[in-house]
This record gives sequence, C-alpha cells and structure tokens, in this order.
Amino acid sequence: MKKRKWTTFDIVLTVFMLFIIVITLYPFLNILAISLNNAVDTARGGIHIWPREFTFANYQEIFGSNDRLFKAFLMSILRTVIGTIAGIVASTMLAYVLSRRDFVFNGFVGFLLVLTMFVSGGLIPEYMLIRQLGLINDFGVYIWPMLISAFNVIIIRSFMDNLPAALEESAKMDGANDFTIFSRIIIPLCLPVIATIALFLAVMQWNSWFDTYLYARNNEALTTLQFELMKILDNANVSSGDITSQNAAVIAGQTNPQSIKMAITIIATVPILLVYPFLQKYFVTGLTLGAVKS
Amino acid sequence: MSRINQAAEAQQNSSESPSSMPTVKPSFPSHKGKKRGPSPEKKGFFKRLSKQKALLLMSLPFVIWLIVFKYIPVAGWIMAFQDYKPQFGIFEQEWAGLKHFRDLFNEPMFYRALENTLGMGILGLVFGTLSAIAFALLLNEVRFLTLKKWTQTISYLPHFVSWVIVANIVITMLSPEGIMNNLLVGTGILDRPINFMAKPDMFWGIVTAADVWKETGWNAIIYLAAMAGVDPQLYEAAKVDGASRWRQMWHITLPSIRPVIIVLLILNIGNLINIGFEKQMLLGNNIVAEKALVIDLYALDYGIGMFRYSFGTAIGIFKSVISVILILICNGFAKRIGEGRVF
Repeated sequence: MKKRKWTTFDIVLTVFMLFIIVITLYPFLNILAISLNNAVDTARGGIHIWPREFTFANYQEIFGSNDRLFKAFLMSILRTVIGTIAGIVASTMLAYVLSRRDFVFNGFVGFLLVLTMFVSGGLIPEYMLIRQLGLINDFGVYIWPMLISAFNVIIIRSFMDNLPAALEESAKMDGANDFTIFSRIIIPLCLPVIATIALFLAVMQWNSWFDTYLYARNNEALTTLQFELMKILDNANVSSGDITSQNAAVIAGQTNPQSIKMAITIIATVPILLVYPFLQKYFVTGLTLGAVKS
Repeated sequence: MSRINQAAEAQQNSSESPSSMPTVKPSFPSHKGKKRGPSPEKKGFFKRLSKQKALLLMSLPFVIWLIVFKYIPVAGWIMAFQDYKPQFGIFEQEWAGLKHFRDLFNEPMFYRALENTLGMGILGLVFGTLSAIAFALLLNEVRFLTLKKWTQTISYLPHFVSWVIVANIVITMLSPEGIMNNLLVGTGILDRPINFMAKPDMFWGIVTAADVWKETGWNAIIYLAAMAGVDPQLYEAAKVDGASRWRQMWHITLPSIRPVIIVLLILNIGNLINIGFEKQMLLGNNIVAEKALVIDLYALDYGIGMFRYSFGTAIGIFKSVISVILILICNGFAKRIGEGRVF
C-alpha cells in the first residue's frame, strides 16, 4: 500500500480510536487499582488506575482466609473444564454424524438440531424439566443443559466438510469402522475448529451465574465465582447510595465486600484476557463462518 | 449467533458482491457440501442401516438429549392451559383453558413489564445497531494498521466478560465516587455527585449505554467483514471523481453493506422482546424496580418465585408469539421493498 499524506480526517480518526481504547480499558484498570488498594483508603475515593495504599489483602481474603470464595473459584474452574470437554466431545461427535451425508438418519437428526435454533420452551418449562430430572442442587445442572449448541455443531460440521474425503475412504478400505475413523482421523484434523469451539464453551461456562442462581443456590458446594460476585452486587445494590452502611462495613476491618468484589472481578476477568486475543483469528473467521476462502 | 450466519449468507446472495469476498458456507437446510461415502440412493434402507450401526450409536445419545432438553420443554407449553400442580403428572392436571392468558392480560404489572421490555429493546436495537455500524465504518477508514488491529482487539474484550462483571463495572463507574461523577463535577456540569443507579428515569439509558459499551466491538465484526468485501475499484473511481472520504463512506461503503444491515435488523427486531433479563436483574435495585421489571423477570418472579407455573408458561408463550409476529412483519416488509430477506 503506498504512503498517503495524513489528513485532518486521519488525525481525528486516530484520536477517536484512542478514545475508544481508553473508555474500554479504563474501567478494568480502575477496578484493578481498587482491588490492590487498601479497602479503608478506597472509601475516600479518588482511585483511578494506580493504587494509593498498595495491598494484597483483598486477594488474600479470597485465596486464603475465606474458604467459601476459594471453593467458588475451584468450582468455576471445575465446571469450565468438565463442561468444555463434555461439550467438545458431544458437538464433534454429532457434527461428524451430520457430516456423513450417507447416514440414513442424517436429515432427521439435522432437522431436530436446527429447529432448536428457532423454538424454545422458555424459562418455566425448562425449570420444570430440570426439577423433574432431579438436577436441582446437582453438579449435573452445569453440564447437561448446555451440552450441545446447534451453532457450534454447524461450525464444526462445515469445517469437516472441507476435509479431504480421500483419507476417510482409504481408512474405510482398511476396514476401519465409523467410530475409528471419527476418533483416529477426523478429530486430529479438526483441532483448529475444536480450539475455537472450546473457547466459546469455556467462556460460556466460566461466565455462567444464572444456573447457579436458579438451580443450585441452596447447595453451598456448587457456588461459583460469578455467583459470589452476583451476590455481593445484589447486596450492595439494595443499599445503593446508602453511604453510611458502606462506612460501617469499612470500619469493621481492613477489607470489605466492596473491595473483595473488585478482586473477584479481576480474578474472573484475567483468564478471559489471557485466552481471547490468541484465538481472535479463529473466532473472527468462525463468525463469518466456515473459513474464509477466495 | 445464528443471525450472523444468516446475515453473511444474505451478503453472499446480494448481487453486487464481488468474487473476492469471503464466501460463507450455507447453513443446514440448504447444504451443498460434498458427499461422503457412496451415493445414498443406491442401496436399500436396511442394508445401509446395518452398515451404519456405529453412526447410529454415535447419534442416538444426542437425539435423546435433543428431545429431552429441547423438545420436552416445548411440550411443556401444555402447562399454560392447565392449572399445573407439580405433585401430579402432566396428564392428571385440571384443564384451565385460556384462563392464564386472560389473567395475564388483566394484570397491570404485565403491561409495565411489556413497556419496559419494548422500551429497552428498542433503545438497544437503535443504539446498538447505529454504534456498531458507525464504529465499523470509522475503523474501516483507519490507515494505520497497528492502531486498527489493537482497537479492534480491545473492543471485543467486554463481549467476553460476563454481565455480572459488566454490571459491577457500570455500578462502580456511576457511583457517587466514580469516574463519571468526578468528571461531571470536575468540569462543572454538575454541582454535586448524583447517584445514577438510584434514578429510575435513567435506568433505560444506563442499560442501553452498558449494552453499547459491551457489544459494539463484537457486533461490528460482521459489518467489517462485509466492508472488506467491497470492490476497491469503486473507491478508486470515486477518488478520480474527487469524492472525499466522508462521501466515499456514505455513497460506497454504506450502500455496499446495506443487505447485511437489513438482514441483521430483521433478525434483531424479531428478538426485540427477547432481550433477556440479565442486565436488568444485575443493574436493577429496589429503587428503580419499576423501570427494571422486564417480561422475563416478571415470568421468573411470578412463575417460579410464586409457584404460578402455568401463568409463567403463558408469559413464555406470549413472548414466542410476539416474536414470530414481529419477524414475519419485518420479513414481509423487507420483501415488499425488494431487499434481502431472511426466509
């Protein structure tokens, strides 16, 4: 591309983009600074992107003294890991079956899947179903209802469609059955798309809080980081604007729910921050679906 | 996310798209992918079936899953026409006819929930669409590629964090000690800090702003992809004619992505009533409750909170019906004005 002169337009545009970057990042930096600042000091206000009285007390509270928060952290990881693996296994297997146009029930299974993108029973019938299945206050409620998403299956299937058919044919000649072809040949070839879907699934699992709220709030062992954060938010919200009650909490100790809230926010954000930029090129093409070809 | 897929397809179908554009695989119902294995017509059904035992076994668990988790809840709509009591089986319930729907339409709270849902839905649709298109248009004009890449990468970040985190961010930024009040008081616009989260009249605006902050970067992806497919010759020709960058954006870029904009609009209008409840539930509080109550929260409170399962189901059915009507109207309208339509 040949060099052009920088016009006023370019300068205004650059300033605008820098402005976008600032308003996107500032809140995260602000919360990071508050989470690293002494809770009593924070209440005085005026913390921007740099802590005034540096401390790790809020993080120590989560990872050390507060048993429930640490367990919530582990549970968030557990549901993310298991949910992602289960989701990947299910989606790839279903995608493979659907990529086999010669499968006798291909049309039927495909129809059942695609229709779910348009019809849904709604909140109450789903709640009743989970109840009847006995998944209330059970770890399974984090895994089963979210096992398959039609969108993910379609992305994987369209990737499989672009794989060379010859490999599969030759394996068939050697007498491999369909499951062997799937696990030995198709899966290794699909690793790029599997990475993308794994990102989607992991983010979804990591960010979930409503299923805990609705189905598992009475089981302390199943609480997650997001749900703990939501609870603090909920409590703070009720007294929103009630400065005196906040001060009372501040006087009580070195740290307070407000500062812990910031630390949880950071802990819940960091894994996403670490993962998404590297997978960016996958999900961008994933969105414009099925790989960009010219 | 399926709507993005469909939008991309519509773009592909639009006649003026040049061949260099990213091509998009068609979605399920119209697949044209290459066939694997022998042509299906040649052998008998049972003969083929016996050879496909492995495939059958691999698909069976998922067929069961789909039926249990996706179709049984749809069958659960029957609850709306019964006086559902959980201790009895679904066939032992008393029938109630349309009673729950009548109750629903006689409930003043329902109309408030509907108003809030449509209010925030329309605001979100208008500002969400405008901000995404504007951001994509401007980003598309950035010549300094490093800046372009970094801005785009950073703009996605809020999409990937949960609403719980975004709600915390919004509440922190808008608190009396937060940056927003600091700025407004510092520049003299306000005399003293105001508690934004305790102002019912501001709630819709706050939700919309939070939504724009979170999703603009992500929603711009599809528009940027469409812009990447615009024929560069058009810009060259415009430059020869002396068109400014603004005029190029207005007369070339925007019209080129019009099919994508229309399809996304139709799909989003269909979802106007399905705005969910996460934002409202997390950002709302007792003080602004009257402005934060949306249909899903209403269904949650009444249906599950008060054990009125049948009533809650009726709300869900009402939502689905409205959504189908909206999408049919928009689709018909788009067809009339001769634009790319969805179905």
